[in-house]
Amino acid sequence: MRGFFISRLAQLVVTMFIVSLAVFLIVRLSGDPILVLAPDFFSQEQIEEMRRFWGFDRPLAEQYVTFITRAITGDFGTSYLAKRPAMELIIERLGYTWMLAAAAAAIGVTIAIPLGVLSALKRNSLIDLVITLLSSLGTAMPSFWLGLMLIIIFSVHLRMLPAFGALEPKAIIMPAATLGVGMAARLSRMTRSAMLEVLSQDYVRTAHSKGLKQNIVVLRHALRNALIPIVTVFGLQLGWLLGGSVVVESVFSWPGLGRLMIDSINVRDNTVVQAGLFWFALTFILINYAIDVLYILLDPRIKFE
Amino acid sequence: MPAKSKSQADAIAGLPARRSPILRLASTLVKSPVGLAGSVIVSAVVLLALFGPLISPQDAAARNLRARFQAPGHVDAAGSYYSLGSDQLGRDILSRIIAGSRVSVLVGVVSVLLSGAIGVLYGLISGFIGGALDAALMRIVDGLLAIPFIILVIAISGVVGAGLGTLVLILGGTGWVTYARVIRGEVLKARELDYVLAAYALGQRRPQVMLKHILPNVISSAIVLAAVQVGVTILAESSLSFLGLGVKPPTVTWGLMLSDGRQYINSAWWMTAFPGMAITITVLGVVFLGDWLRDVLDPQVRGRG
Repeated sequence: MRGFFISRLAQLVVTMFIVSLAVFLIVRLSGDPILVLAPDFFSQEQIEEMRRFWGFDRPLAEQYVTFITRAITGDFGTSYLAKRPAMELIIERLGYTWMLAAAAAAIGVTIAIPLGVLSALKRNSLIDLVITLLSSLGTAMPSFWLGLMLIIIFSVHLRMLPAFGALEPKAIIMPAATLGVGMAARLSRMTRSAMLEVLSQDYVRTAHSKGLKQNIVVLRHALRNALIPIVTVFGLQLGWLLGGSVVVESVFSWPGLGRLMIDSINVRDNTVVQAGLFWFALTFILINYAIDVLYILLDPRIKFE
Repeated sequence: MPAKSKSQADAIAGLPARRSPILRLASTLVKSPVGLAGSVIVSAVVLLALFGPLISPQDAAARNLRARFQAPGHVDAAGSYYSLGSDQLGRDILSRIIAGSRVSVLVGVVSVLLSGAIGVLYGLISGFIGGALDAALMRIVDGLLAIPFIILVIAISGVVGAGLGTLVLILGGTGWVTYARVIRGEVLKARELDYVLAAYALGQRRPQVMLKHILPNVISSAIVLAAVQVGVTILAESSLSFLGLGVKPPTVTWGLMLSDGRQYINSAWWMTAFPGMAITITVLGVVFLGDWLRDVLDPQVRGRG
């Protein structure tokens, strides 16, 4: 088992290496970054000087090696705009994004699991139909639009919740609910199909015929086994959640990594864009690694070579 | 005609008459409420995109400064009827929603065709050739999948610059990764099937086996995935345009309409509510159609959100 963790960890390192290469190339897609950064009035010499200063005069491969060796030590370069280490800016914002994502994931799971289980237990009933339709609707709805509609209802008309910022604790409610609904829609579908699969298994029938109560069968025998595919989908949908957070943070002016990314993209602060992309990917990969670990706790039958 | 003699032969052999695959699909569509709803919505949106100007109540670009910010149901002095209200320049919201369908359909279809073609080819080659090449190609896919889709697209269009054509290329050029992984998995399964081995035994060459025997076997997975991706792509386009990183005015898109709506969220809710509904209904139609295709074609694939 220890071997498994180590080989997964090695795979994680390889993936992050590819990510770093992709990220490095993406921010250079625009061609010469100096021409974007330099003010119009700069002379040719000043531009050359600036190019040397930021290291853009070196060959691309050498620039990449510099980038990756520094990134390993946590140095992602200096923000062109803030003139501060990009990593500092990221750390200031990362907590907000993690907090928002955790709250949204919690809302999503709390809604999705009971609804998905109910839907599976009452298969083909009216309630199943309603839940399935709602989850399709939640998947189809753009999350930022849901956010805007919540602002219209709860900020503009009812004046109950702040429309933007993170100055008071209740400011997290609307952005978290916006993302949580989308997450719930995606998870409840999976919960339903995983439960349906498990409910038709022999051991569930055996549990019923032993005379166990319905609740115990559903919770202990069925749901526990259905959790494995649910957790897998949860891990994959975190990619959606992190992506959605970028747009939703922008709607609610939530001071997280997503808004930092958008702001940096708009002023072409590529060092920060580069670091932000890297940290989004790292978050996503680490959570999925944690999920692999969780598998073993959920299902002692899983063995790894 | 050879087809006729074939069906006659089937009739003699006691086999059911062969029908064209399109007819078979159509007959299952009529029996599925979800498939039917999906196809009605999707064809309505496509018809709007094609013939919108013919049925549009007003010119989508026509400004009327005397009819700014009018609530739904307003009739101006000249007798023009604003069924869904007007925006900050007095343009009719309904007419703009009709005009905006064009970009959604265009982006959804063209990007998905592009990414589907790249992804299927990539997955086919990776899975069919196998070995070190497969391992290397799949590590690249892992790396790209680690960056949440919408964040990847936001970063690239932020760096490269916006515009309708560029956006289609970016969405098509990034969306292929999902197909690559799914198709590669399907190819690995198909490669071992008896009829593929038989094709080799009959002396067929490798490229021939790949294109004539394996490709048709994995294409149904690609079709189901494509349906999911059309929805994902339409949502991505609207997010990007909303953030100002996608299509630029004067092109009318639902995302840009929402971005206008956000400016006047305190006073003109209809500027936000209706374009978002248009996106939701369209994507819901695509989701329904995808669900139906999945039931009919039955491959075990899932897209990412």
